[in-house]
Amino acid sequence: MKLSFFPVLGVLGAIVVLWYLAVAPMNIRVALDVAERAGAEVVPKGSVVRRDVSVWRLMAQNSGHVAQGYALDRPRLPTPQQVGQELWKTTGKMVQRGRTWSKRSLIYHGWITLQSTFWGFLLGTSVGILGAVLITHLRVMELSLMPWAIISQTIPIVALAPMIIVLSSQVGIEERGVPKAIISAYLCYFPVLVGMVKGLRSPAPAQLDLLKTYNASQFQVFRLLRLPASVPYLFTTLKVGVAAALVGTIVGELPTGAISGLGARILIGDQFGTPLAIWSALFAAAILAGALVTLLDVAQRLVQRRMGGRT
Amino acid sequence: MIWLGFALIFWCAATLVNVRLAGSAYNDTRLVRIFVPLLFGATLLVLWEALVRHFDVSPVILPPPSLVARTFVSSTETLWIDFQQTVVKGALSGYVIGMVAAFLTAIAIDRSTFLTRGLLPIGNFVAALPIVGIAPILVSWFGFDWHSKAAVVVVMVFFPILVNCVQGLKEAEAMQRDLMRTYAASYLQTLFKLRLPAAMPFVFNGLKIATTLALIGAIVAEYFGSPTRGMGFRISTGVGSLSIDLVWAEIAVAALVGSAFYGAVSLMERSVTFWHPSQRGGRS
Repeated sequence: MKLSFFPVLGVLGAIVVLWYLAVAPMNIRVALDVAERAGAEVVPKGSVVRRDVSVWRLMAQNSGHVAQGYALDRPRLPTPQQVGQELWKTTGKMVQRGRTWSKRSLIYHGWITLQSTFWGFLLGTSVGILGAVLITHLRVMELSLMPWAIISQTIPIVALAPMIIVLSSQVGIEERGVPKAIISAYLCYFPVLVGMVKGLRSPAPAQLDLLKTYNASQFQVFRLLRLPASVPYLFTTLKVGVAAALVGTIVGELPTGAISGLGARILIGDQFGTPLAIWSALFAAAILAGALVTLLDVAQRLVQRRMGGRT
Repeated sequence: MIWLGFALIFWCAATLVNVRLAGSAYNDTRLVRIFVPLLFGATLLVLWEALVRHFDVSPVILPPPSLVARTFVSSTETLWIDFQQTVVKGALSGYVIGMVAAFLTAIAIDRSTFLTRGLLPIGNFVAALPIVGIAPILVSWFGFDWHSKAAVVVVMVFFPILVNCVQGLKEAEAMQRDLMRTYAASYLQTLFKLRLPAAMPFVFNGLKIATTLALIGAIVAEYFGSPTRGMGFRISTGVGSLSIDLVWAEIAVAALVGSAFYGAVSLMERSVTFWHPSQRGGRS
């Protein structure tokens, strides 16, 4: 971990530099429109005319207005600094002013998303691991379940989301988080299932044969060989799974008309034409995902060290 | 009541047949491998149909499969146009571009320890992000047509494939690499004869995850604006106008396409990684 500190910093620095460089060509058209409206002299007049001119020529001809692209209210591509300020405004500053749970605070929206993600992850992982155990042990389950597990993933859950809400409210569940958790579990269980089937099957035939010569029962084979062998796969898939659960929650918040949660912030930002709100919600989601994956990564290291594996 | 009873009997019979078939001597033949999941799926459909009829569920909430099938047949033209727009133009082109880009990037950064150390944690991190969220941004950048959908798919599939490729390239053991060195194998020879084949199980893991991501990305991106065709467009307008049967027909198309896509990748995997324990011996 310590060794890769500087390379990560180097690559991150390169990305930030590239980002800043990209802001100028991305925003030049918007910047020129704003400048023209303010009465400044812009070389090809009219934004319709400028649409046919390449951004590089626009930048060369209006070099005085390039800097404006870095301070727009509604940029096509905001600078990292703008995103950071927006993030701080909706998190840290809110906390300072004692409005942590205000409807405009990303901490509040993040907490809503995190709850659904947690329940979805729990449900999805249990279903995934149970399914993998059944598939590796029961031939009939493998034959009948595996193809349908794959097909289930190809159904765009986003389309089912409104119907899940209707059905769950008819059954009597008023809680908004339940449909989101179901969608989240739906996306989460599949990577866990695939990874665990692979992990439970990873012992070589020779190892299985050895246990057979010991007259081990199927349960003993499972406990002593298959389960330990699947642990590296388990944690890798759990990391994928928790990320998928978060994706599921956010996807679930997009078309369901949710008003709270990070996905709802993205949707509202799109509808009101405020790119900064979209970007800050995206980064908040990224931070959340990073925290969840890091948590599982630490757990993986601890477990593998206890099992005597290489870390 | 008749419907419910029939469904229950069908369910029990089908399960019995499946268990018998799976335990029989023919359980590895292709016929059984196809028949058992088909029977299982048919059971689910029969249960669905029977429950909808028995409880008299309104077709606006959940249409029976028979109605969906009729809609499917009567609107094949619409479905075909949507298929071309979303799957061929959006998902497939994005998938191919993303796959090639990720594969080349993985091989390129693999030569430099600095880049691998720097990019792998970042790639891992980005692969875990809810990238679908950038769909509105990309739609506003690339316009409403399929280019923005392909762009969303590229970004969505790139990082899972990249991470799996880089991880796979590290899979060859030190002993095996030493052996290649004693053969005086060049970098390219080691890459093609040892490290790429050893990486393939991981690469295909990434490719398989990416197939489903590609479809989800292409469909979700259409929620944020699209021309008046495409599966996501049809689904979102269908939910709004209560033509739920057409929505289910689109979902059926998506399911068929996704399974065919995944099946094609799995077939390739089987022929490429035939040596891996998970592919050998089938039921072990």
